[in-house]
Formats: sequence, C-alpha cells, structure tokens
Amino acid sequence: MSNPVQGKGSDVLDSQEQVRFETLVLPHLDAAFNLARWLLRSRADAEDAAQEALLRAYRFFHGFHGGDARAWLLQIVRNTCYTWLDKNRKAKDMTEFNEEVHGLPSPSPETLAIASNDRDRLSEALKALPPRYREVIVLRELEGCSYKEIASITSIPIGTVMSTLSRARRQLQMALSNVAPKEATHGV
Amino acid sequence: MACERADTLVHGYFDNELDALRAAEFESHLEQCPECVAALDALESLRSTINVAQPYEKMSPALRKKILADLHVKGASVKAPLRATTDWRWLAVAAAFLLLIYGGWRVVSVNRSDSRETMMASKIVDAHLRSLQPGHLEDVISTDQHTVKPWFDGKVDFAPPVRDFAEQGYPLQGGRLDVVDNRTVAALVYGRRKHLVNVFIWPTSEKDAAPRTGSIQGYQWIDWRKQGMEFYAVSDAAAPDLQLLQGLFSN
Repeated sequence: MSNPVQGKGSDVLDSQEQVRFETLVLPHLDAAFNLARWLLRSRADAEDAAQEALLRAYRFFHGFHGGDARAWLLQIVRNTCYTWLDKNRKAKDMTEFNEEVHGLPSPSPETLAIASNDRDRLSEALKALPPRYREVIVLRELEGCSYKEIASITSIPIGTVMSTLSRARRQLQMALSNVAPKEATHGV
Repeated sequence: MACERADTLVHGYFDNELDALRAAEFESHLEQCPECVAALDALESLRSTINVAQPYEKMSPALRKKILADLHVKGASVKAPLRATTDWRWLAVAAAFLLLIYGGWRVVSVNRSDSRETMMASKIVDAHLRSLQPGHLEDVISTDQHTVKPWFDGKVDFAPPVRDFAEQGYPLQGGRLDVVDNRTVAALVYGRRKHLVNVFIWPTSEKDAAPRTGSIQGYQWIDWRKQGMEFYAVSDAAAPDLQLLQGLFSN
C-alpha cells in the first residue's frame, strides 16, 4: 500500500475539514498511542511517536478520502514507529541486536520469574516478539482489528494475515509458557 | 503435527474470519480432529491470558492535551462568549437542521433497525470490555443469587431476574451497575469454563423477541426480550455457550 502521507501537507485545516478530522480521527488517539507503545516498547518513545504521527495525520488529512479512519491513522503511526526504530538502530549500530528479524532473545527464566503477575508476564512475552509479530497481536487482540484492517495497516497481503497471526501467536504462546509453572496461571 | 489446519484455519475460525461455508466445514472437521480442538483451546486460553493482563495502554491526559492543542482543537474551556444577536440566528439554523435530520431519520428508520442493533451490540461489547478492566467487574461479589438479587434493590428501578446456573456450568460470580446507551442497567457476571459472560438487563416496553446473535471483534453476543426485560449476553466464549445460557434464562 502506498504511503498515505506523501507530498506537501497543510498546517491548518479549514473549519469544515477540522470538524471532519475531529470527528473521524480524534476518537482513535488511544489506539494510536497503544500501537506506538507496543511497537517501541517504551511509553516515553511512544509519546513522541504518537505526537509526531498525529501531526502528520493532521497535515495530510486532505489525502484521506473516507473509509476506515482508524486503519488510516494506525498506518501512519506504524510508519512513524518503524522510521523511529530504524533511526534508533542505526544510531546504536552494530552492537544492537537486529530485532527486526530475530526479536529479542527469549526472556530469561530470571526475568520471567520476576515478572510475577499476569500483566508483567504478558508484557515481557510480547516485548520478546519481533515487531512484525508483535504488531499483528496488538492489532488483533488489543485493538480488535479485522484481517482486512490488519492487512491495510501493515501492508501484509490479506491472504497471509492468517498465517502471520498463526506464527505470531505460536511465538507468544511459547514465550508465555517459558514463564511460569502451569498451576501459577490464573483460573478465571 | 499431522493436521495443517491446526496451524492455519483454526485461526480464521477463532477470529470469525471464515465465511459461513468454510466455518461450517471447519466445525465438522473439529468433531474428528483432536489436534484442532487442542489448538482452539490454546487460542482461547491465550486470549483470556491477554484479557486478564489488560495490556492496552491509553494516552496520558497530559499528552492528549498537548496533541489537541497541536491540532488546533478548541477545548471546552476556550469557548468564545456568544453575542446575543448571533445567538438566535444560530439557534434557528440549528433547529431547522435538527428538523431536517429528524425528518430524514424518520424516513430511513424503517430500514435502519439492523444497523441500530449493530450499534447497540457494539456498545454492549464496549461495556463488556470496560468491565474487564481491573476492579470493574463486580460491585457485589457473590455466588449466591439471594445476595446478588437484593443488592440491586434501590439501585435500579426494576428487579433483574438473578439466578445461579452453577449446576448447568454457568456459576454466578456477582453483579454490578453499568451504563449502556445512557441508561443504567443491571449486569450479571457468570463464569463459563475459562470465560466470563456479562449479562446486561434492563426493562423494555417492547414485546418479547426471539434471540438474535452476532459477533464483534471476536466477542459473541446474544440479545433477547422476555417479559418486559431486554437481555444482552456477551462473552469471548463460543456462540453455543451463549445460546445455552439464553435457554437457561428463558426456562
């Protein structure tokens, strides 16, 4: 899918467009932040990225001709985050593990033993996934996106969303099962 | 690993992304494939792990404020004082506009009940998700219907039918007040294996209606009306589980 924010944007929308922007895009601020937070694995970075993405969305809103505003915004957020990750990786250069491809090494038993509650456990396991897997989990399980929306946000062909999710979920299940003995899991 | 569907189709089925034909085919396959059944169970338990952990992170109010300012959104606090002369003109325009909308709505409303139901269902699913936030699930925690039922007295102006169905596999876990579509409703919480079911109940003047079902974002809902009460049950459990519960309520 083409980049939704190419060309020159406008800094101030006319009043009609402003209303349209506020109606269509503003309801998805939390979705934007949540995706950035999980892609960048840091609240602080996510704050900057979400702000940058929203500014870009605003500037290029005239290029949005209807359709799924959440998917449109999340696509911009995702692009912003990947640019961010890319820049960061170049800055840290060779010493940094290439997590695009490999993800972080599986969380160590120590980390996971410390991650005692459900929330920390899941968070550690999610962080251990490569971003391409992490994002489909976040979009599907946290954001409730359909396969079609996932395809348009991530530019994965619609036909392979299911198999990507399958691999992502398998990795997440493995990361979680590294975590705690079975009886320690909740019984809700 | 023998069955390759346990790796692929089971996800589409779990996510409600298969068309009716493929879903039916897969269901009949499930009856004879323990591997796919196990895969489906594992997916359900993964989803409930995620739901319990509540990993969704919202934007902080400070950042929201900053972004809204960036985007030239005028907040409620910066309302410009209205001049009396323009006031009436705008009110007249607004009134005319409302009449137009109302007229238009009257015309199309005959055909709109479907999408209104979808909207209602999506509000119900939202309420269900809200209830899963830590500390939001129950106001009164009890498996005893004789504790939960009186708890609603004086809190709502109707008597929700509170019953425990533990013996049938739906133990009552508690109840709470909730707000759906701007009205206060009673919410009953039931367990179903590893899943939670919210049953939202409020009085209605409409006549009894047979159950309707659907799913939104992977959550199943079922809606029916009986003896002046509207019922909406919602859960990440499978659709047949909700239909069974509906049957229990209606007996």
